[in-house]
Amino acid sequence: MKPKHQRLVLAVVALLALIGAGLLAASALREEASYFYTPATLAKAEVEPGKAIRLGGMVQNGSIKRDADGVTVRFIVQDRDATQQVVYRGITPDLFVEGSGVVADGRLDKNGLFVADGLLAKHDENYVPRELKDIDMTTAEHSQDTLAK
Amino acid sequence: MGPGMKRNWLIWIPLAAFAFIGGLFLYGLMQPKDDYVRSGLIGKPLPSFELPAAVEGIPGLSSADFADGKPRMLNVFASWCLPCKAEAPFLEQIKERGVEIHAIAIRDKPEDVAAFLAEHGNPFVRIGADADMLVQLKLGSSGVPETYLIDGKGNIIHQHIGDIRGEHVAPLVEKLKAAK
Amino acid sequence: MIAETGLAALWLAAALALLQAFAGLGSWKSASPALASLTRPVAVAQGLLCLIAFGCLLWMFAVTDLSVLLVASNSHVDKPMIFKIAGAWGNHEGSMLLWVTILTLAGAAIALFERRLDAQTLGATLFAQSLLALGFFAFLLFSSNPFERLSPAPPSGAGLNPLLQDIGLALHPPTLYIGYVGLSVAFSFAVAALLTGKVGPAFARAMRPWVLLAWISLTLGITAGSYWAYYELGWGGWWFWDPVENASLMPWLAATALLHSVAVLANRDALRAWTIMLALVAFAMSMAGTFLVRSGILTSVHAFAVDPERGAFILTLLLLYVGSALTLFALRIGSVKEGKQFSILSREGGIVVNNIFLSVILAIVLMGTMAPLVAESMGDKISVGPPYFNKATVPIGLLLMLALMVGPLLRWRSDDKARLKRLFAPAIAAVVAVIFLALTSPQAGFWPIVALMLSAGLGVASFLPLFGRNLLRTPLPIWGMVIAHFGLAVSVAGMAAESGWTTEKLYALRPGETVSVASWSVKLEDVAPVVGDNWVAIEGRLSAKRGGFVAQLKPQTRQFSNPEQQTSEAALLTRWDGQLYAVVAPISETDLSRWQVRLWWKPFVTLIWFGGGLIALGGLIALLGRIKLPARKQNENPWVPA
Repeated sequence: MKPKHQRLVLAVVALLALIGAGLLAASALREEASYFYTPATLAKAEVEPGKAIRLGGMVQNGSIKRDADGVTVRFIVQDRDATQQVVYRGITPDLFVEGSGVVADGRLDKNGLFVADGLLAKHDENYVPRELKDIDMTTAEHSQDTLAK
Repeated sequence: MGPGMKRNWLIWIPLAAFAFIGGLFLYGLMQPKDDYVRSGLIGKPLPSFELPAAVEGIPGLSSADFADGKPRMLNVFASWCLPCKAEAPFLEQIKERGVEIHAIAIRDKPEDVAAFLAEHGNPFVRIGADADMLVQLKLGSSGVPETYLIDGKGNIIHQHIGDIRGEHVAPLVEKLKAAK
Repeated sequence: MIAETGLAALWLAAALALLQAFAGLGSWKSASPALASLTRPVAVAQGLLCLIAFGCLLWMFAVTDLSVLLVASNSHVDKPMIFKIAGAWGNHEGSMLLWVTILTLAGAAIALFERRLDAQTLGATLFAQSLLALGFFAFLLFSSNPFERLSPAPPSGAGLNPLLQDIGLALHPPTLYIGYVGLSVAFSFAVAALLTGKVGPAFARAMRPWVLLAWISLTLGITAGSYWAYYELGWGGWWFWDPVENASLMPWLAATALLHSVAVLANRDALRAWTIMLALVAFAMSMAGTFLVRSGILTSVHAFAVDPERGAFILTLLLLYVGSALTLFALRIGSVKEGKQFSILSREGGIVVNNIFLSVILAIVLMGTMAPLVAESMGDKISVGPPYFNKATVPIGLLLMLALMVGPLLRWRSDDKARLKRLFAPAIAAVVAVIFLALTSPQAGFWPIVALMLSAGLGVASFLPLFGRNLLRTPLPIWGMVIAHFGLAVSVAGMAAESGWTTEKLYALRPGETVSVASWSVKLEDVAPVVGDNWVAIEGRLSAKRGGFVAQLKPQTRQFSNPEQQTSEAALLTRWDGQLYAVVAPISETDLSRWQVRLWWKPFVTLIWFGGGLIALGGLIALLGRIKLPARKQNENPWVPA
């Protein structure tokens, strides 16, 4: 190959490659990005079962129940207007308590039950004063949200 | 259009892409930190509750302590909460301006609350113990610290999420004094 | 007193940076030897002053001087000494001071040791470097002062978070910063090259050791970070595509591409524009990464120092530096003549293909990391995680491995297809591997099997450049290349093994019960409370048996009181063929008769980090090979057999 403008050719190839990357990314995002719902928005949206989504809200008081196998836990996530049943198999994060916030990654099954693959319990100590910011930097670094899969 | 010109516009693509990303970053910075869950009770009456004393020597708290014609502040805190320590001096300032503050201590033990008050001062008239966070949930509060302004009729007129800082003192006091 | 000394040293260093900017600028423009001889000592003094300031910082933390706000917020009288000292850079202000110290020391090193460049280019480089330093000095002095006093001094200090008292975490920032600063040096060289118009092998040879150093550092930092997350977080995963992780991966990808490009420029005087562009991109990625983790615009399980104000400062620096550099590029690259030609089937062509794949992966990771932000601007809330990243990057990564098998074998400038016959051996290895795996364990899945096939092929192919050489006289950089490429094959093999052949079991067990996972039989002997310095825990005692071999595992769930949090301490049992990973947790506060036990058998998972170590080792060997020892008769061009 002896083009006079080898640099130009390389630049065009690079550009095409990056456009390709963009298309690949867009297509993968369309399939794999997971949208965030609260019980109320989930009830209104028509989400097809099996699609990966995120559900966030407060754990309803009195709703946490463990199955006999000891590792499956069922609970209800609520917001002001709606509730959603969730089932999760695994070790729950600390601060996953009734009355506290939770974000669950998972999908709806055909019966409308949300099967969670991972739980994120929101820490109570959300708010950080400027002077103590670096302290909460350290607690926030590892405990602001504790994630269990 | 010769190769020279073609090369010309290609050369600006990296800068353009960078400008786009920079713009996104800027946009991201300008979004308010969105962790706050607002209580749905603003404008509505304080839900009824009755809590035992959180610490020896200071009376507990019930909703009946609010609707007597005098506007007050309700502070939701805990001895284990770091920002609560930071806001203690500002609550002191608010108290010195003639505002009566009641408090709810979340998931706390009497000895810890006592230690907290001893170290940071006590701006509260009454402190109720909410060991299982039930009242906190009833209020629509989702974290500590949070402060509510209750008017003389027992309605929640304002919710302040997070610790109170110097710049918040005057506006909160004003808002409360304007209430009836 | 010490704090004030540190602050004074910092101001002085900043003033010198300003002086260096002028001296460097003058030295470039006028080629005056007087100015050139001024730039060198100024750069050295700057480095020394920052070192003094950093020394003051370390001292303050070592003695726990609680009258300094930073120490009071981040340290505690009862912290073990080693963590007191590491705490110096384990916070925002301290880490920025570390960054600037490394940056100015690098500038001093360039000024002292770089003899290959002419005075003009050197001046321009130090000019660019000083501008970078000035930005960070401004950040430190005006908004993140580490030496601020606190009055009255508190009695004990607030920073006793046990999760941060971990040696791995203490070493993590310095390795990454050496990486980022090395890339900023490459950036300065590139900017200088654009300013003077002198882009050639001399420039590349000056820049190369810095890129290598940065790249080795980043490789180590990422590998160590991955292992830390694996054993510390207790979920059995080793990479989560978390924004903070991506923030360190993206500069690494750019640095890898830059490393190969600069080698081509140094040896063959080709890929001039590419090398410059990659240097700009690599630095941009490291600044962008710093911005992402400190600004709070992306939520992450390990985001820290969330402060929009700091984020704004870093963003300003990023926009200023990279924006002007890219503008300079657009304006000046036309006057830089094209390098030597090469055909597509050549070593240069192979490296171009390699760089294109790396850039594609970089673009995919960048887009995935930014996607939530874009969605938010359109009113949607999405989260982008492993499903996206794995789906999009794994195929490209595997294609890259394929290219890697071919590239190093090709001759420079132009080669013919007959050369490819050498690939006979790796091809056999790959085919054997895939047939074996497909027959014995087809359940592992398509991608893990394909990845292992390519690992086998690359593992063999990476040694092919050594064939036909006198091994004792093969230059170190070639050995470095072989080991690094082999390390990649090893690491990918580990990743494939872990993803395709891991067995996981989750049970609620009573003490005395036995369960099996893979070929192991694990019995929960007992669960007992244990007490530590500042924690209480329930500790599971497991005995794991395989064949005639028995061992104990003791995973814990710890409860800390100050600050209140719970952590899971996984127990790992490492064998030659994998790791047994165990986590134990209580079921609930009321059910104390049973315990949740989660077990993984991860075959060959340690290869992931062993491979990462090999990659870094390869880089180190290559770096050593470049240090000119006066005694040895150095072969100038290692690609030409002596």
